[in-house]
Amino acid sequence: MAKRFQPGIVSANDLLSGAVIYLAADGKWVSSMSEAEFITEPERAEERLTLAESQPEIAVGAYLAPADNTDAGPVPNHFRESFRAAGPSAPARKSWGQANA
Amino acid sequence: MLDAQTNVTRTYLDRRVEEFRAQVQRRIDGSLTEDEFRPLRLMNGLYLQLHAYMLRVAIPYGTLNADQLDVLAEISERWDRGYGHFTTRQNIQYNWPKLPDVPDMLTRLADVNLHAIQTSGNTIRNVTADPLAGAHADELMDPRPVAELIRIWSTDHPEYQFLGRKFKIAVTGSPNDRAVTKAHDLAVRIVEKDGEIGYQILVGGGLGRTPVVGRVIKDFLPQPDLLPYLEAVLSVYNLAGRRDNKYKARIKITVNEMGLEEFSARVDEAYARIRPEFKGADQILLAELQASFEPPALPTRDTAGYEAAREADPVFRSWADINLRPHFQDDHAVAMISLKPHGGVPGDASADQMRRVAELARTYGHNEIRVTQEQNLVLPHVAKADLPALFAELKAAGLATANVGLASDIIACPGMDYCALATARSIPIAQQIAERLEEYEVEVGEMAIKISGCINACGHHHLGDIGILGLDRAGVENYQITLGGDAGPDLKIGDKTGPGFGYDEVTDAIERLILAYLDLRQEGERFRDTIARTGAEPFKTALYEEEANRNAA
Repeated sequence: MAKRFQPGIVSANDLLSGAVIYLAADGKWVSSMSEAEFITEPERAEERLTLAESQPEIAVGAYLAPADNTDAGPVPNHFRESFRAAGPSAPARKSWGQANA
Repeated sequence: MLDAQTNVTRTYLDRRVEEFRAQVQRRIDGSLTEDEFRPLRLMNGLYLQLHAYMLRVAIPYGTLNADQLDVLAEISERWDRGYGHFTTRQNIQYNWPKLPDVPDMLTRLADVNLHAIQTSGNTIRNVTADPLAGAHADELMDPRPVAELIRIWSTDHPEYQFLGRKFKIAVTGSPNDRAVTKAHDLAVRIVEKDGEIGYQILVGGGLGRTPVVGRVIKDFLPQPDLLPYLEAVLSVYNLAGRRDNKYKARIKITVNEMGLEEFSARVDEAYARIRPEFKGADQILLAELQASFEPPALPTRDTAGYEAAREADPVFRSWADINLRPHFQDDHAVAMISLKPHGGVPGDASADQMRRVAELARTYGHNEIRVTQEQNLVLPHVAKADLPALFAELKAAGLATANVGLASDIIACPGMDYCALATARSIPIAQQIAERLEEYEVEVGEMAIKISGCINACGHHHLGDIGILGLDRAGVENYQITLGGDAGPDLKIGDKTGPGFGYDEVTDAIERLILAYLDLRQEGERFRDTIARTGAEPFKTALYEEEANRNAA
């Protein structure tokens, strides 16, 4: 059975830096999820994924990530996407001992 | 001493780097697709993780010299974010390299005979060994010449570049296995029988979603027969191992499905065919390697100053009691350097710290550093007379945490803070537990807590006295607890306790287990001894019933 479509955003990793990137409505790649295009229709999702895949020199591993839409733009609705968006949750606090505290 | 590593020659490494440089260029200019490029980058240890690329560099048998550690530090500063992460398989990982920089990083590594070849992909991975090799008092023989022989044989071996799945080999020369040999696809244990040195060979161990304890396939293999026997094992696995299902492709599944007896018979058959091809060149090489791994000359030193410092400074005494291990020469010690400051990221070291450790190795440690499977560093040969000075310098560098082997010496995989495969976070759980237990962990004593952020078990959770496995349960992080694992020579897979705990509950749950142990233990019992005597029930009660009572109150 096909997986039920969930609204969301197209995300990938930047080829050169590996950083998390999102596809905006104007076809540009942005680093903030809130600026990503919120996709509600499966057809649109397919179209945008095709666009992403046609840009292998920019985006690696594009996929549709489920998200919620808010007044401030799309936000993650799963912790994995939250961590992807925010970076490591465990900052290097005390990780290098007193020398780096 | 590390001259042995030059057997993987600079010419070869340079050629590999230039090949990869061209591949990176072709990926960037669009000539290669990601599907084409991915296996090529993995052959060079380059992964794409959650937020960035990750470069995994092998540290063969966990042995480094000071120059090598300096270069690892330099690389982290020039091309990464000023730190490195030491792993449970004696690798170092850089978490933030940029794709165009990676060939330069590899060139710099090659300057000190290090590389990232076969740190990924379905190949024979970094050959690991006892991190206290050639130093610990309990050793029968230094395992590193054998590990190096296997490394030379397996590096770029044309037959083993496309195995059914990855293949991990570990070697130990001590009966007190510190290399987790029974959790490896293949393990070599150096043993003695009737005065002759030979090898006990184990196969089919592994953790992951199907944890299996490795089994003895050959009780005693004469030294000259090692490589042909390994070739025989690999050739049987390469042909019979399953390629239809990634999760059933490791040798442990092959051995289990075929049965050890049948597998062993096929190996013997292959061995008979392969053995005549080995005409002794490998044994000449092994003899050379053995000579190159001779321990450094260790002049006898007076230990009076060390004893006086122990008397005078209780903080030093505590560090010495906890972090030192017995050296084969009485006036020396093996000094463990904890990379587990309470609240820190397990296994991380900053560039400054790496450089400091390199300097300390030059000054006090005969230029040698080791990396442990528990994600710590080691100076294997330190005169006791030098320990007070070493301790003072470690303290200044934030490296004198006295907790090796204690509850806060937690193994944790990178988890969902970095890893694309993770299903939950590991690092913050380790940080919270270490901080919670800091006050009384000395009273608790020997305790192995191990955390994996997914079923692949890089954090060895199956082998912890207390194991923690982070899962995604309906979109929420959930942590499953196992009890009674053991990473030692009689490797034991821990048992699941019951329902998992939420991110905010797991530290309390672990503390309830520890407190239950303190209540239950009898004189001299370690956690594993108590649980062996009482069974898991009283611990499950502590985990679940107390919580239920509290919720009901």
